[in-house]
Amino acid sequence: MDGRRRSAAASEATKELRFPGPLRMAFRYAAASLRSRMQYRSSFLMEALGHVMAAVTELVGIAALFGRFGSIRGWTLSEVALFYGVVHVVFAAAEGVGRGFDSLESHVKNGTFDRILLRPRPTLLQVLGAALAPETVGRLLLAGAVLAWALAALDGGPEVADIALLLWAFAGGVAAFLALLMLSAALSFWTTETMLIFAIVTKGGLETTQYPIAVFHRALRYLFLFLVPIGTVTYFPVVRVLGRPDPLGAPAGTAWLAPLAGFAFLLLVAGVWKLGVRHYTSTGS
Amino acid sequence: MSAAATLRSYAALGSARLRAMLQYRAVALAALATQVFWGLLRLMILDGFYGSAPDASDFSSRHYVSYIWLGQALFGLFPLSVDPLAAERIQSGTVAYELLRPLDLYANWGISAIGWRIGRTVFRAAPLVLFAMVLLPLFGRPEWALGPPADAAAALGFAAAILLAVLTGAAITLIGQAIMLWTLSSAGWNALVPGVAWVCSGMVVPLPYLPEWAQVLLELLPFAGLIDTPFRIYSGHLAGATAVQALVVQAAWVIVLVAVGHRMLALGLRKVVIQGG
Repeated sequence: MDGRRRSAAASEATKELRFPGPLRMAFRYAAASLRSRMQYRSSFLMEALGHVMAAVTELVGIAALFGRFGSIRGWTLSEVALFYGVVHVVFAAAEGVGRGFDSLESHVKNGTFDRILLRPRPTLLQVLGAALAPETVGRLLLAGAVLAWALAALDGGPEVADIALLLWAFAGGVAAFLALLMLSAALSFWTTETMLIFAIVTKGGLETTQYPIAVFHRALRYLFLFLVPIGTVTYFPVVRVLGRPDPLGAPAGTAWLAPLAGFAFLLLVAGVWKLGVRHYTSTGS
Repeated sequence: MSAAATLRSYAALGSARLRAMLQYRAVALAALATQVFWGLLRLMILDGFYGSAPDASDFSSRHYVSYIWLGQALFGLFPLSVDPLAAERIQSGTVAYELLRPLDLYANWGISAIGWRIGRTVFRAAPLVLFAMVLLPLFGRPEWALGPPADAAAALGFAAAILLAVLTGAAITLIGQAIMLWTLSSAGWNALVPGVAWVCSGMVVPLPYLPEWAQVLLELLPFAGLIDTPFRIYSGHLAGATAVQALVVQAAWVIVLVAVGHRMLALGLRKVVIQGG
């Protein structure tokens, strides 16, 4: 390497030190993670294929049930497809961003969270960026296809207000699911025995809210409407877009207000995260 | 070793394993909660569908309630991914130790595969059955409770079918393990086979709810024997001659799968090279 190129590289480095935008850092982490995953290309592709197959399998199952029974408590296949599409696009996006939370538990157990604390970057960003998950792209595409089909099946196609409402619901939904993943991770600052319960709430919430939540027993509805609002953020907007009366009898304005619950939940959990970082005691190494 | 001493050592091994498992009470409790949650969720979904058009199928709520709870209780019997321990041995080469033993490798692997399945199922099944049989009626949900087998013949048939199901599952896994002698990685098998088998066995949707042509096809494949056959015999949905026929299909598949796996293992071992060391 000649002198000029070296000095150029050095000035590049100082520039980076001077302008460490969090967004740019996030992209760097994501790119590094993707590169490391692609070192094992065939195993990566297999895994992605497995995820898509699992999702397709489940779709075939749902379609078969509709083929046999026609509807689930009066909701048709194309109506349920809208719930399914919205919820799965939301979940794939949230999981794509939030997969890094999975690694927090081992950081806390092994004491490697020290390293994260030492770097002059936000803890949240470092935990997140470490493992951006690319196989969610497959699931995202599949859920997107279902969503597109469900929208095309709407009477007279979707209106502009419908699209706006769905985008708003999408934002609130990603916030709610991210908050849930983050809460599960943040609790590992105190205990590592809650992970399995959160797996129920996360995966179970996904499975529940892919159907209109009105078809379920009261207890399940309360859980995902009030305690963990991942049902709230998508159910009311989708019912509004479908243009059918809400069997739960919510007032008309609920559809536009509901996604706010996701952001409120996220704010609350961000507070828990801060408390957790303060509570963290290193295990040493 | 005298017979008494042998028995004592088995008892010691068994109780050590039991105590080790009881160390993880929180994990066991969470696993139970997971099984209960998914069982109830699937029940509510099928209730929703079936309640919308009860005439659409003769597979009624009595049948699917036991189908779902048996699935939740016994799913530990049917892992179709390669046993991680065996995969590790093949990758690291310690499979050589097993080759040195004066035992048939296929039988050796088969017994350990079956033992693994029974061990991980017993502790999960008992509390779940207790919940589904006894606690649910007490909670005021008798319509969701797991009832006893339809009659004595159903109980007997279920016992035979579940035995054949365990053998089928183990034989499928051993084929995956034999393939590993060529590929050295279980990633491909684990990504593809369990997912397909789940849907073809009825774990995702009970097979009687699929379209008729799919049912005819799937009842001829080995996967129906894993879940669908034993669970439908239990509730009496399969009875008499059709039940016997299903058991024969199961048994035939066990023979075929064992023969294929045994042959593949023999072929694979012919080309295995163990690195020294």
